[in-house]
Amino acid sequence: MERKTLRKWFWAWNFDKEEEWLEEMARNGWTLDGVGFCTYHFIRTEPGEYSVRLQYLPIAEESGEYSSLMEESGAQRVGRMVQWVYYRKKTVDGSFELFSDLDSRIMHLDKISRLMLIIAILNLVIGVINSFHTPGSLGWVNLVLASLLTYGLGRIHGKKEALEKERRFRE
Amino acid sequence: MNESMALTESTYYILLSLYTPQHGYGIMQKTEQMSEGRVRLAAGTLYGALNALCDKGWIIQLPVADGSRKKEYKLTEKGLKVLSTELERLRQLVANGDSVLNKEEA
Repeated sequence: MERKTLRKWFWAWNFDKEEEWLEEMARNGWTLDGVGFCTYHFIRTEPGEYSVRLQYLPIAEESGEYSSLMEESGAQRVGRMVQWVYYRKKTVDGSFELFSDLDSRIMHLDKISRLMLIIAILNLVIGVINSFHTPGSLGWVNLVLASLLTYGLGRIHGKKEALEKERRFRE
Repeated sequence: MNESMALTESTYYILLSLYTPQHGYGIMQKTEQMSEGRVRLAAGTLYGALNALCDKGWIIQLPVADGSRKKEYKLTEKGLKVLSTELERLRQLVANGDSVLNKEEA
């Protein structure tokens, strides 16, 4: 079976771009078979045989019940990369969506924001303390990270706003 | 909370499916069947909704059969009441829609 491994970095707020990329790979006959940190393992399949999706799901929230629900609906768990879980489903088994209404998609974005906010604040605090207490420290790295995460939070907020706008009319 | 606030479609179908006890996947199937394929509850959405509905006391989880990963749910009395109220709201919606839009054909 033909295999290939690619290394790629996606920011948390670009998880939809990550999914698009994985879907495109699958359309071209390379289906996700496993994940590692910033590492994607693919196997050769028929073009468009599978659909791939990912979800932010903290380990504590991945229950046996959720796994069996996913399995029963025909989805295969491909793997976990820290707080993100990847699934694939054969296209002949029907359309593949993890969320079927706006509310759950908004909640998903909320969960991602929450984590990013915590990390941003932590970095901000560490960065400020280091910069002012320890001369020549790398506190600026933390501050750069905090700024980057703040940008990311802005991007997620934008996505949320778009969904919430639609939510006024539809579910 | 205003008890006459509309339910979302997902909520309505989940509650309706649980008129008889079901596993999560059973709810997905019943909903798809009842809506003739139009409403498809995704696993991520359903899982979150089931937990939220349990918190609200509209459904309860039944005791799990030994070692089974699949949990079964059923409607509570409160949930049944909510469902009935919603049905009345929908009846009025349909009646009004019919009378306004189908007036010409009468």
